[in-house]
Amino acid sequence: MWSRQRGRLKPLCCGVEELRCRRREREAALRKARREQQLVSKRLLRDEALEEAEEGCVAMIFGEAEIQQFLQLAQRGTEEKEREGALVSLRRGLQRPETQQTFIRLEGSIRTLVGLLTSNQALLQLEAARCLHELSHSEQSAVVEACLPATSYLLTYLSGHSSDFIELCLYTLGNLIVESEAVRRQLLPQGIVPALAACIQSPHLTVLEALGYALSQLLQAKEAPEKIIPSVLGSTLPQHMLQLLQPGPKLNLGVAVEFAWCLHYIICSQVNNALLITQGALSTLGLLLLDLAGAVQRTEDAGLELFLLQKQPSLLPEGLWLLNNLTANSPSFCTSLLSLDLIEPLLHLLSVSNVVSVLVLTVLCNVAEKGPAYCQRLWPGPLLSSLLDTLAFSDTEVVGQSLELLQLLFLYQPGAAQAFLQQSGLQALQRHEEVAQLQDRVHALQQTALHG
Amino acid sequence: MQLPPALHARLAGAPGSAEPLPVERDPAARTAPFRFAPRPVRFPREHDFFEEGDVQRHLYLQDVLMQVGGAPERPRVPEFTCQVAGCCQVFDALEDYEHHYHTLHRNVCSFCKRAFPSGHLLDTHILEWHDSLFQILAERQDMYQCLVEGCTEKFRTSRDRKEHLVMRHLYPADFRFDKPRKSRGPVMPGAAEQVLAEALGDDGVPSEGDAMEVCSEHVEPPPVPAGERRAYSHREMNSCPSAALAQLPRIWPERYHLPSVLVKVPREDLKGPRREISTSNGGSSAALWRCCRASPPRHGGPRTLARATLHVAGL
Repeated sequence: MWSRQRGRLKPLCCGVEELRCRRREREAALRKARREQQLVSKRLLRDEALEEAEEGCVAMIFGEAEIQQFLQLAQRGTEEKEREGALVSLRRGLQRPETQQTFIRLEGSIRTLVGLLTSNQALLQLEAARCLHELSHSEQSAVVEACLPATSYLLTYLSGHSSDFIELCLYTLGNLIVESEAVRRQLLPQGIVPALAACIQSPHLTVLEALGYALSQLLQAKEAPEKIIPSVLGSTLPQHMLQLLQPGPKLNLGVAVEFAWCLHYIICSQVNNALLITQGALSTLGLLLLDLAGAVQRTEDAGLELFLLQKQPSLLPEGLWLLNNLTANSPSFCTSLLSLDLIEPLLHLLSVSNVVSVLVLTVLCNVAEKGPAYCQRLWPGPLLSSLLDTLAFSDTEVVGQSLELLQLLFLYQPGAAQAFLQQSGLQALQRHEEVAQLQDRVHALQQTALHG
Repeated sequence: MQLPPALHARLAGAPGSAEPLPVERDPAARTAPFRFAPRPVRFPREHDFFEEGDVQRHLYLQDVLMQVGGAPERPRVPEFTCQVAGCCQVFDALEDYEHHYHTLHRNVCSFCKRAFPSGHLLDTHILEWHDSLFQILAERQDMYQCLVEGCTEKFRTSRDRKEHLVMRHLYPADFRFDKPRKSRGPVMPGAAEQVLAEALGDDGVPSEGDAMEVCSEHVEPPPVPAGERRAYSHREMNSCPSAALAQLPRIWPERYHLPSVLVKVPREDLKGPRREISTSNGGSSAALWRCCRASPPRHGGPRTLARATLHVAGL
């Protein structure tokens, strides 16, 4: 069956440097694709043990005649092993785009494959599904759309019981979904949302991860906010998703990753977030974050540097964004920030990057603007010297935000202006006197500092 | 980054925070040229802010992120035979057996020995095929339920249901799970080896026993020249529904097959009681495969999940 051995570190056939280089290239390609709104990535299930056994034979390009032969043998061979073998050979050939093209152009080929998909021989059925899976992975929409006749059957099989088979159907569906709007236009009336809602009650983790993948592809579609998300929100899917994101011993990371992305696509589409809140999304996710923070901490301490994985700083923008939204209009969150001694760690982040610095300063402004009681707790301490440092930045946005914070401190905290002067604050301000976006504020601060 | 002591204490279960500090704003605060005002920020999905996260997500999907983890082995066992009476399939891997069992022995109608992909379809089949009360009621009201999960439509005839499936739910006109059969008495088992033989130029005779047969009245779309092959499946679907249905003979047997597969078993008394479909086969073979199913270690990575969760935070 499909055992995905994603975990294995293969003995290096290429050096670390080459891996890094490849990764950078892939990243660049993905960024470009995203800008062009062409971000399409698929999951391919392949049995690696099988692949390695077949290593010697590179997938051949099959012509029409060979494909016909395989199909005929699969349909009407006398020996079961023979029929299975024919489909296995076909499947291997279908790893090549050229063979895929030939296949879909051959009259009756898909029809035959669909016939085998619904055959009364279980293992033939499975092999036929694997062939379909290979086709679904194609980057050519013609190949993917040729698989349309199979979708109603794939959906029907989702309410079956064979978990490996269901997993395969789900990944195939996910691949088809992301590639083509024609596929999505067909799957929705065919009932994919209720089918997924029924399937999400499966106890099998592999099935759940596959379902999360398929659903995430569906939710990522550009027409999702109007055509897909409303019916997903109207189903039982959200509450099951949240259940699968509950922190604790039963949390499975692979599954949780998929459903977290599903939620992300739903939420940033702003269709009906209030509904999710009533279903407990905030508390579930908050607890999950805390749980994960602990996990990340432990991993770092253990020294397990997972090669190519992002280090912590990459999560900072999102974390600080969250902090901003939490503190913006909430005195209690701001109070917590102060009482939990989180100000100093925040200040340490000021040197990471401009984006991060602006976010940190914004959060601090959220706290300071609430008045003297809050500013008092920000003072004295490292805040002033940190601010003087940021004034040395050249980035206008960082400096601008620092000026806003300074103004609040001058206003609400007696002695702040004085201390600022004493620590050569005026000189720090001077260098920005000519900058268009900053001038007015710089002058205002200079006045306040000098004259109170 | 070490957790600050106060936060550490709080997370470890120290008492909750006190009252929030009093808020006291001075109107001078937001006077020009200063303009700061706290506000929650929302990013639309395409915003650049999500670029990094999206890129990481797609790298993950493409499996570029290498992880350390064990490689689950395919458990190979000495050859064993399927335990179900009359089935002599042999296996040497538990997962193969699992799929076989679920496909052929799980949702079986004991009247006609057909296996269905799901319990739902089996129940529908039994209701429509083997329930005399259903037949009586069907003469007076709409009893044929739409097969799509979540659709509550009911129909007077199976033919009407089929038309609904095709028109409303875009099912293919030759959806195998909705085929009429020539009513010639009870089903003959033993023909299980017959597979649907068509399209590749073969006019195989539809077998009596095989529920997947193509009805002879079904209209095949004319073969398309090779150059247009790519559009074949679309055209078949788009042109088929009402045109093909209109051509079908009016005398349409009410009974038809739902998704089913004929299992090769010896003939039994068809009047026997319906076999209970239990969710757990008490047999040892079932227990064997269940406990041997190892979940491959997942490497999702706490950071990947943390990122996704943080993205979600923009409520």
